[in-house]
Amino acid sequence: MPSTALLLSQAFNGLALGTLLALVASGLTIILGTLGVLNFAHGALFMLGAYAMYVVMAHTGSWLLGLLAGGVFMLVVGVALERLLVRLFYQRPHEDQILVTFGAGIVIVEAVRAYFGGNTKSVPTPPWGQGIVRLGFLFYPTYRLELIGIVAAVLFALYLLLYRTSIGLVVRAGIEDARMVGVLGINVRRAFLAVFALGVLAAGVAGMLYAPIVSVQPDMGGSFLVEAFVVIVIGGLGSYPGAVVGGLIAGEIISLTSAFNTAYSEVMLFAVMALLLVLRPQGLFGSEGRV
Amino acid sequence: MNQSREFLSLARRQALQLGLGTAGGLLVPGLFADLARAAEAPIGTWPAGVAGDSVFVGVTSPLTGPYSADGKDHVKGYELAFAEINEGGANAKAWGLKGKGVLGKQIKYGVADSELKPNVAVQAQTQFIQRDKAIMITGCVSSAEAVAVEELAQRDHVLNMVGASGANATTGRDCQRYGFRSQPSAYMACKALAPVVAQHYGRDKKVAYLVPDYNYGHSVFRSFSEFTKPYGWTTVAKVVIPLVTSDYSSALLNIANSGADIFVNIEFAAQAVNSTKQGAQFGIFKKMQMIVPNISSFQGQETGPALMQGVFGTMDWYWKLEDKFPLSKRFVNAFRAKFHYTPAWGAHVGYIQTYIWALAVERAGTFYPPAVIKTLEASKANPFESTLGKVWYRAEDHQMIRPVPVVVANSAKQMKNKDDVFDIVDLVPGEQAVSPPAFLGCKLGPYT
Repeated sequence: MPSTALLLSQAFNGLALGTLLALVASGLTIILGTLGVLNFAHGALFMLGAYAMYVVMAHTGSWLLGLLAGGVFMLVVGVALERLLVRLFYQRPHEDQILVTFGAGIVIVEAVRAYFGGNTKSVPTPPWGQGIVRLGFLFYPTYRLELIGIVAAVLFALYLLLYRTSIGLVVRAGIEDARMVGVLGINVRRAFLAVFALGVLAAGVAGMLYAPIVSVQPDMGGSFLVEAFVVIVIGGLGSYPGAVVGGLIAGEIISLTSAFNTAYSEVMLFAVMALLLVLRPQGLFGSEGRV
Repeated sequence: MNQSREFLSLARRQALQLGLGTAGGLLVPGLFADLARAAEAPIGTWPAGVAGDSVFVGVTSPLTGPYSADGKDHVKGYELAFAEINEGGANAKAWGLKGKGVLGKQIKYGVADSELKPNVAVQAQTQFIQRDKAIMITGCVSSAEAVAVEELAQRDHVLNMVGASGANATTGRDCQRYGFRSQPSAYMACKALAPVVAQHYGRDKKVAYLVPDYNYGHSVFRSFSEFTKPYGWTTVAKVVIPLVTSDYSSALLNIANSGADIFVNIEFAAQAVNSTKQGAQFGIFKKMQMIVPNISSFQGQETGPALMQGVFGTMDWYWKLEDKFPLSKRFVNAFRAKFHYTPAWGAHVGYIQTYIWALAVERAGTFYPPAVIKTLEASKANPFESTLGKVWYRAEDHQMIRPVPVVVANSAKQMKNKDDVFDIVDLVPGEQAVSPPAFLGCKLGPYT
């Protein structure tokens, strides 16, 4: 039995891990919920964000500039991806959408590998995030601690954009009946473009924020993609609050299981997902037949 | 019946070529040996694979995925060795090869991406065997791939010079008659390393382990904990993690809370760099010293001296061995000239395995796999001169008996240039480090 101190440490880490997972999952769920497209390139876009941060940090050393320039870059990538590829697949079956985004993901990963090589890149922690904070019995990296706040702010901004603005209203109406919204003289296609770009931006920002923590490498997105899927299945496919709560739950499952045996942390995550699929197939916040 | 007639006509054609003088003089001994074996039944890709004036070697290596940097370096080692052997220049002569190619035959080869997946490696090698009649298959950067390809080699009777693989099972429980491994096993690496670190850090240390959840990780854990036990080192945490982990926070919290003095990081390549970097964020190196039993090719450079300095470990080979072994010096020079960087040990594994195979074939005078295997098995009496000095394969389990370099990472201040990442602190003789025969449970399969 692990000590109380370790259990509490892991519970706290679960919260930190959970907010990051929520951010990774949010982009995935926004696109799925509004456009009905399961974006398999999400992991690759996460990685692309991390590389954007790496490039800017390597040249300017500024974290803030990395976030801003990287953000603009991710929006451009999102717009290009939607206009040139994904848009053509809105009316196609889900399998086609999965295949085309999966393929796009492979192309992005291999393009990055061809340009930057397969070696890991190191992104320095910004000066204000260096060091370790002592929280009673627990020592925790300063940057990870600050990330909890940063991620919470990003998630809240996304929430306001989706639920408290007219764009969000159009988007949500568009999912219900795109044709009707069109008849009302509203450009649904442009709203869809905005949503896709926003989802890509969320993936990219998650990658940028994660870059100083992990080592940046072309395949880094793979495991995050898998975990993001689990998160949105738990939270409910396409549900934004579901992604946030699902992320926190997933973070706690991984962390608390680790206190006993790290080897089972992922197994436990999948076990909970399977159990949930049996008891509540639509997930915690999902509504039946939404996607 | 049909096959043997085909082979006879093949032999006649070769003899005719010989009569016409198209074959070089150096081809003669090999050709006669292969002719003399006309009585042997065909096996694997022999003799079909040696009928022409070239032979084919199938290379698989992870060119994508977390081990891709090591995998690409690994392939370059093969490419250099193939080019040198085909050319028959000064380096090939220095190794003791005669003429151009192996037994006068040029080496052709194919490289396939294994994606670090055993089934993909097996699929690609199967294609090399069936389509290209590969006479030898080789390459990998993980023990999972190694063991899978070895099994294929045994089944299809095609010689397999194993690539980079450190798990004990490769020449232990999963060993094969057709598989030969040059890299030190986890057992050898840890046995060589234990006395060095025990002397440096002292007795009675508490140790925390980060163990990737596959064959290699568990091998290294078992071996390291066993060989440090005599010095009073005890395990206070064994943190097993899934093979693809990105965020180590929960694992590292366990280690940070373990009260250990020593942190043994068994992660490899990109995963090793990632876990070390995150370990530093959790303040682990303020409390513990890191040891990496098997340091991957680019781990030193990628992690950087700030975190690596003072870290002990072993590796298959390090470029500074050029001061000790003339063939290593030749290898480093040729590699730098061709690829414009200093080779890492992944490249060395490809390079030495190719040369040893070529030498064994020429020594046997034939590509006939059972004869080459027996030549390698008998190499103790007549060791090969190599980049690691005199080396030989043990007949009982096909582990190469070779010195194990124990290294320590330099600090930024100690580094004379960007390649000066490690110093070799000890070169432990292979006989001293290797397990007793059959200790790891090896039962080699049949020759035919």
